Amino acid sequence: MSLLQINNLNVRFGDANAVPVVDGLDLSVDAGEILAIVGESGSGKSVTMMALMGLIDAPGRITADSLTFDGIDMLKLSGRQRRKVVGKDIAMVFQDPMTALNPSYTVGYQIEEVLRQHLGLKGKAARQRALELLKKVEIPAAESRLDAYPHQLSGGMSQRVAIAMAIAGEPKLLIADEPTTALDVTIQAQIMELLVNLQKERNMALILITHDLAVVAETARRVCVMYAGQAVEVGQVPELFDIPAHPYSEALLAAIPEHSIGAERLATLPGIVPGRYDRPQGCLLSPRCPYVRDNCRAQRPALDPQAHSLVRCFYPLNQEVA
Amino acid sequence: MLSFIARRLGLLIPTFFGITLLTFALIRLIPGDPVEVMMGERRVDPEMHAQAMERLGLNKPLPAQYMDYIGKLAQGDLGESLRSRESVWKEFTTLFPATLELAFCALIFAGVFGLLAGVIAALKRGSLFDHGVMGVSLAGYSMPIFWWGLILIMFSSVSMGWTPVSGRIDPLYDVEPVTGFMLIDTLLVGDEGSFKDAFMHLILPTIVLGTIPLAVIARMTRSSMLEVLREDYIRTARAKGLSPARVVFVHGLRNALIPVLTVFGLQVGTLLAGAVLTETIFSWPGIGKWLIEAIGARDYPVVQNGILLIACLVILVNFVVDILYGLANPRIRHQR
Repeated sequence: MSLLQINNLNVRFGDANAVPVVDGLDLSVDAGEILAIVGESGSGKSVTMMALMGLIDAPGRITADSLTFDGIDMLKLSGRQRRKVVGKDIAMVFQDPMTALNPSYTVGYQIEEVLRQHLGLKGKAARQRALELLKKVEIPAAESRLDAYPHQLSGGMSQRVAIAMAIAGEPKLLIADEPTTALDVTIQAQIMELLVNLQKERNMALILITHDLAVVAETARRVCVMYAGQAVEVGQVPELFDIPAHPYSEALLAAIPEHSIGAERLATLPGIVPGRYDRPQGCLLSPRCPYVRDNCRAQRPALDPQAHSLVRCFYPLNQEVA
Repeated sequence: MLSFIARRLGLLIPTFFGITLLTFALIRLIPGDPVEVMMGERRVDPEMHAQAMERLGLNKPLPAQYMDYIGKLAQGDLGESLRSRESVWKEFTTLFPATLELAFCALIFAGVFGLLAGVIAALKRGSLFDHGVMGVSLAGYSMPIFWWGLILIMFSSVSMGWTPVSGRIDPLYDVEPVTGFMLIDTLLVGDEGSFKDAFMHLILPTIVLGTIPLAVIARMTRSSMLEVLREDYIRTARAKGLSPARVVFVHGLRNALIPVLTVFGLQVGTLLAGAVLTETIFSWPGIGKWLIEAIGARDYPVVQNGILLIACLVILVNFVVDILYGLANPRIRHQR
């Protein structure tokens, strides 16, 4: 049984008829697996994870056929019960480390807070453990950093602290929401390496939300491509990269600058993700899809198994290679 | 931190001289002089007038008078009241506890209810409570103090008979002033009735004086809290599985308090200014009433030095707030 099982997850902001921001999403993650979620801004990647964490407030509405983590139905939990899981068994690392830490408290305090909350560690024991965690995330001079305030740390250092905070509760699932987007390129690689090492060492599942397809190719085993709140293709890593079946996956890969070497301009997919009020009647990609046909505009495809992956398209690409 | 304090202290010197110059000039700009006021309606004999003025040293040119004033100040001499012949310092210290007691109660009242209302309004943003609190606080802020005081007296004291109309304590009770704070002194006496009476006397002036700071603090807390609750670190705190109370008060309010703290300090000035009106309405025997009477009598030393003392107090409070600000906000403390 998978660690995380999401079936038909919908997140709406407003009443039950509002256009869903996450639209019938199915996703599963096994224990100890790295799953990458890619897609352009506004495709619902972060919102999905926020829904899982219980971080969506009114007027946000979450419905799902199942949202099960480690055998627990997350939708049925009371706030108090959910807070026993969130921050402990599921933890999250956010995009901008410079704003994700509370400026008024020391690094040590913010890590110890998790230890106190979830592991019941107090005083010296908590401090000792916080120090170990800082060393674990390879912060130099960890001892002196315990009493540092976030503004005294660099971006990369802050992200390490945020990771230390996230792994403090020994999570079974770590969600990293664009953990390197706000960092310098040189630091990005270090942070990714740290995350992957921690994942291996603790055999925890890692959901990596990212724009960076190169990172996906290097780290993840499976990848889920999202577009306008829907999963459009879910597949194994080398296959999805080599022979993408969904036109959107293909376009994403074509947009990597290295793939346009020698060309006059970078490859792009014209248009933008449809907003809440201009959803097409048919396939959500139909206004932008280079392969669009008449029935694409009239009906929405389902996420169906194809040769190598699950694909939400009437006319999946690259099927003959099979 | 030390250099931070030193720099702040350095700024105080020019402020101090500015205040002396201002109070010195302002009171002399008002028509009339102490001798004329003392003589009252009777025609003043010019010769007697000149003699009296010379005796008070008020016949010298203004710059010379100012130098005299500063010279005395430098020796710590605040002069004596032209009316009572008591030293200004002694009168001030006798009356000040009454004002301080009132201002302190008003600040506590404003702080407790202002913070509470602001936090709840921010958490329930857009609700009836939010609109209600913000509307009422805007009304409170805009209301003239003396009108509000009179309305409260009419309602609470005259119509309902809940609270006494004026004064600090019923003359029935003879309370030996030990600390000058009526609430403490009555407790020291150990008479429950007198404590209750002193407390009842405090209620209306506290509400009247605390209304404006309450409104300012409530609005400031609300907007500051709303801003902070949108911050990423609040999301981080929630993602840690902390309880909503901990997220709001430990992670939210701590940061939201930083700007509110500044407002607190500034409100102390407003409080002392408001005390002048409040004390007059409620016949509260504090420095506000003392100053108003001194201005009427053109009691130059009392006006100059009374205002100077109050100004120093406001400066001191703001200085303390600046230091607290540094303590509350690590980002300021570490600036060099």
